[in-house]
Amino acid sequence: MVISAAADKEKIEKDLVSLDINAEIVEQMCGDFVLADLDVGRDDLLDMRVEKTRIDDILKMLGRVEEGEIKLCDIESKVNESQIPVKIKNELKQKLRSVRAQLNADNVAAVLKRVEGEYEEAKVEPREAVGIVAAQSIGEPGTQMTLRTFHYAGVGAIYITLGLPRIIELVDARKKPSTPAMQVKLEEEYAFDRNMAEALAMEIEETHIRDKHVGKIETSTEDMCVWFSLNTRELKKRHIEKEEIEEKLKGMDVDLEVVANKYKLHPKIKSYHELLKLEGKVANMLVKGIEGVKRAVVRKTPEGEYMLYTEGSALKKVLKVEGVDYRRTTTNNINEIADVLGIEAARHAIIEEMLNTLDEQGLGVDARHVTLIADAMTMAGDVKPIGRHGLAGKKASVLSRAAFEVTMDTLLDAAIHGETDRLKGVTENVIVGQPIKLGTGSVELVAKSQGEMTK
Amino acid sequence: MRTKRIQGLKFGLLSPKEIRKMSAAKVITADTYGEDGFPIELGLVNQRLGVIDPGLRCKTCGGRMGECPGHFGHIELAAPVMHIGYVKLIYKMLSATCRKCGKVLLEEEDRQHFLYEIGQQRERQADVGEVVKLIFKEAAKKDVCMHCGESFSVDAEDLSESLKNEEISNELKKRLEEQGYSLTKTAHIKRSLDDKCIFDWREVPGNDSELLRSYLIDDFGFTWVKNAEFSKTQKDKRLTFSVDKHVVEITLSAKRDKISIEFEDGRTYEQPVKKTAGKLNVHNYKWTITDEEKIYLLRRKGLELTVYCGERKRQIKYDKPTTYKEIDEDGKERRLMPTDVRERLERIPDEDLAILGMDAKSARPEWMVLTVLPVPPVTARPSITLESGQRSEDDVTHKLVDIIRINQRFMENRDAGAPQLIIEDLWELLQYHISTYFDNDIAGVPPARHRSGRPLKTMAQRLKGKEGRFRGSLSGKRVNFSARTVISPDPDIDIGEVGVPEEIAKELTITVNVTERNLKLLSETMGRGGKHPGANYVRRADGKKVKVTDINYEALSEELGVGWKVERHLVDGDIVLFNRQPSLHRLSIMAHYVRVMPGKTFRLNPSVCPPYNADYDGDEMNMHVLQTEEARAEAKILMAVQRNIISPRFGRPIIGGIHDHITGIFLLTRGVKKFEKEAVLDLLDNVDIDDLGEPAGTFISSTYEKVPYWTNKQIYSMILPDDLNLNFRGKVCEKCIEKGLTCEKENCPHEAYVLIRNGKLISGVIDEAAVGSFKGLIIDRIFRHYGEVASKEFINNTSRLAINAILRSGFSFGISDEDIPLEGKDQIREDAVHEAEKKVDALIMAYEAEELEALPGRTLEESLELLIMQSLGSARDDAGDIAERYLGIENPGVLMAKSGARGSLLNLTQMTACVGQQSVRGERISRGYQKRTLPHFKPDDRSADARGFVRASFKDGLSPTEYFFHAVGGREALVDTAVRTSQSGYFQRRLINALQDLEVKYDGTVRETRDTVVQFKYGEDGVDPSKSEGGKVVDIDKIIRAEVGVEVST
Repeated sequence: MVISAAADKEKIEKDLVSLDINAEIVEQMCGDFVLADLDVGRDDLLDMRVEKTRIDDILKMLGRVEEGEIKLCDIESKVNESQIPVKIKNELKQKLRSVRAQLNADNVAAVLKRVEGEYEEAKVEPREAVGIVAAQSIGEPGTQMTLRTFHYAGVGAIYITLGLPRIIELVDARKKPSTPAMQVKLEEEYAFDRNMAEALAMEIEETHIRDKHVGKIETSTEDMCVWFSLNTRELKKRHIEKEEIEEKLKGMDVDLEVVANKYKLHPKIKSYHELLKLEGKVANMLVKGIEGVKRAVVRKTPEGEYMLYTEGSALKKVLKVEGVDYRRTTTNNINEIADVLGIEAARHAIIEEMLNTLDEQGLGVDARHVTLIADAMTMAGDVKPIGRHGLAGKKASVLSRAAFEVTMDTLLDAAIHGETDRLKGVTENVIVGQPIKLGTGSVELVAKSQGEMTK
Repeated sequence: MRTKRIQGLKFGLLSPKEIRKMSAAKVITADTYGEDGFPIELGLVNQRLGVIDPGLRCKTCGGRMGECPGHFGHIELAAPVMHIGYVKLIYKMLSATCRKCGKVLLEEEDRQHFLYEIGQQRERQADVGEVVKLIFKEAAKKDVCMHCGESFSVDAEDLSESLKNEEISNELKKRLEEQGYSLTKTAHIKRSLDDKCIFDWREVPGNDSELLRSYLIDDFGFTWVKNAEFSKTQKDKRLTFSVDKHVVEITLSAKRDKISIEFEDGRTYEQPVKKTAGKLNVHNYKWTITDEEKIYLLRRKGLELTVYCGERKRQIKYDKPTTYKEIDEDGKERRLMPTDVRERLERIPDEDLAILGMDAKSARPEWMVLTVLPVPPVTARPSITLESGQRSEDDVTHKLVDIIRINQRFMENRDAGAPQLIIEDLWELLQYHISTYFDNDIAGVPPARHRSGRPLKTMAQRLKGKEGRFRGSLSGKRVNFSARTVISPDPDIDIGEVGVPEEIAKELTITVNVTERNLKLLSETMGRGGKHPGANYVRRADGKKVKVTDINYEALSEELGVGWKVERHLVDGDIVLFNRQPSLHRLSIMAHYVRVMPGKTFRLNPSVCPPYNADYDGDEMNMHVLQTEEARAEAKILMAVQRNIISPRFGRPIIGGIHDHITGIFLLTRGVKKFEKEAVLDLLDNVDIDDLGEPAGTFISSTYEKVPYWTNKQIYSMILPDDLNLNFRGKVCEKCIEKGLTCEKENCPHEAYVLIRNGKLISGVIDEAAVGSFKGLIIDRIFRHYGEVASKEFINNTSRLAINAILRSGFSFGISDEDIPLEGKDQIREDAVHEAEKKVDALIMAYEAEELEALPGRTLEESLELLIMQSLGSARDDAGDIAERYLGIENPGVLMAKSGARGSLLNLTQMTACVGQQSVRGERISRGYQKRTLPHFKPDDRSADARGFVRASFKDGLSPTEYFFHAVGGREALVDTAVRTSQSGYFQRRLINALQDLEVKYDGTVRETRDTVVQFKYGEDGVDPSKSEGGKVVDIDKIIRAEVGVEVST
């Protein structure tokens, strides 16, 4: 059954559960929902046409509960009550639903108990040195990564730095990655129409007069002017109106003449210097697109949706472009994300980028390690690099910092500031020769010696 | 015994006083040893500074060499000298403070603000550096002191009770009003934060200065400036007064070009007034008056009255490395000698140091200018005796010799009244020596050199860098009880064992306390003396250590009693740590059980190679013998190999079958094979199975007898746990589902669908995905459900079974296995290579005829290259496909590639069919000669051959040009690896350093040393990756199957 309504998926889902309907909602692209009935014997309903306004009625019709069955909403609420991560909850709910016919209050409770038990078993033990494990888990595969790979999703698409350089770049929290790129998802009207998507790509791609054959510029030193003609074919392709360019030329504060489809521009002051400056100005004039987006390519996703891959990144501006789905559009520039979307988004972006890079190299790393690194980098509210100028350089311990890099300055500063090293970390305690207060080292036994006992 | 723990370490500067106090001797003589070979008194290896010669005793503590830790001495410097590490800071401090009063040039408001900021940072245990940097910047901007002045004490009585601000204010007001003046409401005196009193007179009408003056002088004991000028206009009106016969305040005339004040004591003060853009610039003097507002300022602190004069700051110039100059108003430079600098720094008051992030108790700024130099103990700079018997002094001693010499000369010259020029030169020289004594690698300073021309290693060089004190000796230490040798394989030992050569076992010892229970055993051990399971040393009950020799061992064995300690040899079953560098993850150090063996190498089960990333091409590994019971317990529980089968990186087994294990088990489990009992026993040789179970059936032998047989899958099932249920798709899976076909599951033609029901292998072939390292789904499941020991045993059994199987069937891969029939070769040449070359030629033709369409966003050249690369890439793939067809599945190479034992189909393609395109930086090879890669080709030749396409296979052999291109591509790969190792090494060091202190607390949060929360729940769900199954936490399918009894459809 297809509900062709831009209805709220969550609401329908809620309704289904509260009405005890064992159906699964599969979201489709255009806001349509497919209701897949999981219980047998209700196939007849699947053929029904559903009007937009009738959803509620249909849902009610479906909601007949047979005797002896446990209600879906009961399962739901029971699962929700337990202390397990949301991810497991969701999987459990979905799987329980698929075997609903066999369920009763007892076995649901039993399943839940075992799930909780297994989760409890899998939890990290307190005092575990998770930082070291995370660092090793990311660092160890570093040796196996290729140094300089460029990945292209098909011929003609965008090159992106991958492998070890990319990971280092991420961890360094560079202001600008070596190959900035965006993945621009489009809104419905654009996403399934190649032409519209391509038009949007042209809209975004930065177009200067010099490049992309938009116009031809010649400098004539004889009569001290810049000749400039437009390539109408290219203009048409890029949906640029001649007037737009003229408008921009006029705004440039030069003498403009139109001679036989050509523009003749004179610099205000007649000198070679001015002439060359003018030429440069004209050539670099942005006629269309967003500054910084060097290229935008349309690609079809496996889901059949068109989207844009860009070389160069200007997230803030792209998000404002009509037709761009601002919810799903991303860039690979972490700092840009932090600026535009906030620190939580940046954290998420770090995780995504790292996992994708590692995955691309075929190296399995558990997401938990990556989240820890991302959290450590972003915990102070800004994106801090790992290393001398970031996390490692801002540690509380003098000895740890001195042992890392810049030994002399660290010690000299520590003396001047009268710093105290509280010896809580790893390196400090190794240096002074004490057990490390991590893992098994942090556990002490309070035991009385024989002498004390006799007292 | 309860061990003490160091709570913390405090850092600070040594004050001259402290240096003298801790000094055991004042060093005067630059010499070290005298003619007699004994240390010279008052010299640098003074016996009061500790001893390094055996037999001598320390004159300070009386200790012998090894007992005496050494003692500091000191050198009294003839003149103060800058500490090279602080020159920048000194410059900043000079620029930020008043030259007269030494106060930090900050307005009260800023001062309070910054103090608050610093307090905040301190509370967070965060770095104050950033704030201090800002303060220095802010203070350096100011050009006049807002505090500065003379300060003097005034007796409280003298000051008269009436000086209390409010009273003055009220009294003045009252009197003025009595005289008929009406004061506006703003007229008041206010008390500011640090006890300043500000007279705020606004719009006091009329020319009232005379009046006020009289009040102040007559009634409050203030004295007027003799000749202070006042203008007549109301706007210009200024008030001046002094306190207790000393001039306090000076007025400024707004309209005038200069201010001139004559003090009662005869001093005059005159200063031009800067005017900017018509507006009055009042020099930022706190007490100056704008046109609208008149503020008079008096500061009182306790019994001290500070009089503000607004000392102008002078620009400080810093010339590297150690010279400071002051530029006065006329732009003249005057050098500030270290004495001047020291004086200025002394003036900075303690409370102002707090604003600069300093703590007066641990570091007074003047201590940055040295007057006394500590001399490190001789034990910290021992001299070495060369073979020739000559003594060679440490670099630091050499440097100290230089310092003392110059210091002496400086004193002598000064006492003799040498000219200033010579004194200054010597001063400079002394500075140089002391600078290089601290750091011999200062920019712009020539390093001090040894006689041989080698730069000296002084203080900074000792601490810095990889081999420095911190990274080389404190973070990383050399240890005893360790051994290192080459590793070699031994598939017959357990994966948790390590074969230790007897020679090593005899050298490394474990100390055992003798008790009643082990007395007999140890006595026997002792009885063997130096022979293998013997002992090297014993420690008697009285603590005396005795070496076990061939002469005394029998006696010692007899004598052995409770309370003794025996240092016995390593024996089978001892636990040791085993390590291979680089130690990239925690699995690089694991605990193994010792097995003493003949030979000289460490023996290691090949299955444990993956976590160490070891092979047997000459790799060496280290072994460490644990010395305490706690360490041994931890090693057994946490570090044992079996504990670490699952990698914490991805939550899957890292230990599993490799190479022949995979091939062997693959060959064994493939298809249906039947084995007679004898064969089965043969296969299970060394495998931990003692029940063959019922045979699968019988066949009739040649002698018409019924012979029972067991199937291959049945044999494999024997090593599986009885109730194991598992199904998955193996490495050989053709990914039918992804291709849109249906998976035939049990009936898969490739036997890719592995189904295990109740410990019986029903269908499927066992390959890398099932038992291989990094993948090993069966191992994973066994580890989860049956524990460490079971999975260790399973790996052992699998590898042994596999080895037995491969031994039975035989397996080899030779040069002839790379052969394919001529027909196949033709096909490769024609269908794959020629076809692609034709395509490439067509593309080039199109390009040259300018008919080629550029790809979106690419230039024509780029498009051409991309298209060519694509077609040549597919040429190799096609060739590979053809070759694979002709090789057939039974080819050992294909077998290895498909089962995941070693190699890939790409490797086989390159060996048998076509090596393919060589590339540099992802592009075809295009550089070398002008417009061509090699002189064998025409310029601008873009054909496949001319740009590095190797059409031959390795077996056929490469043509000269192909060989060259292959070398070009190979070079890139080599460079790549070389660069990568260093890069990733540093990357990991940084990661570890940044994250090493993070720890899961009892509340489930992850925090660092300051208790700052990094994650509220570790990994968002609090799950340990090594306790999850490839990241998955709970096997819901299994639980539902068990509890509900239904299979969850996937």
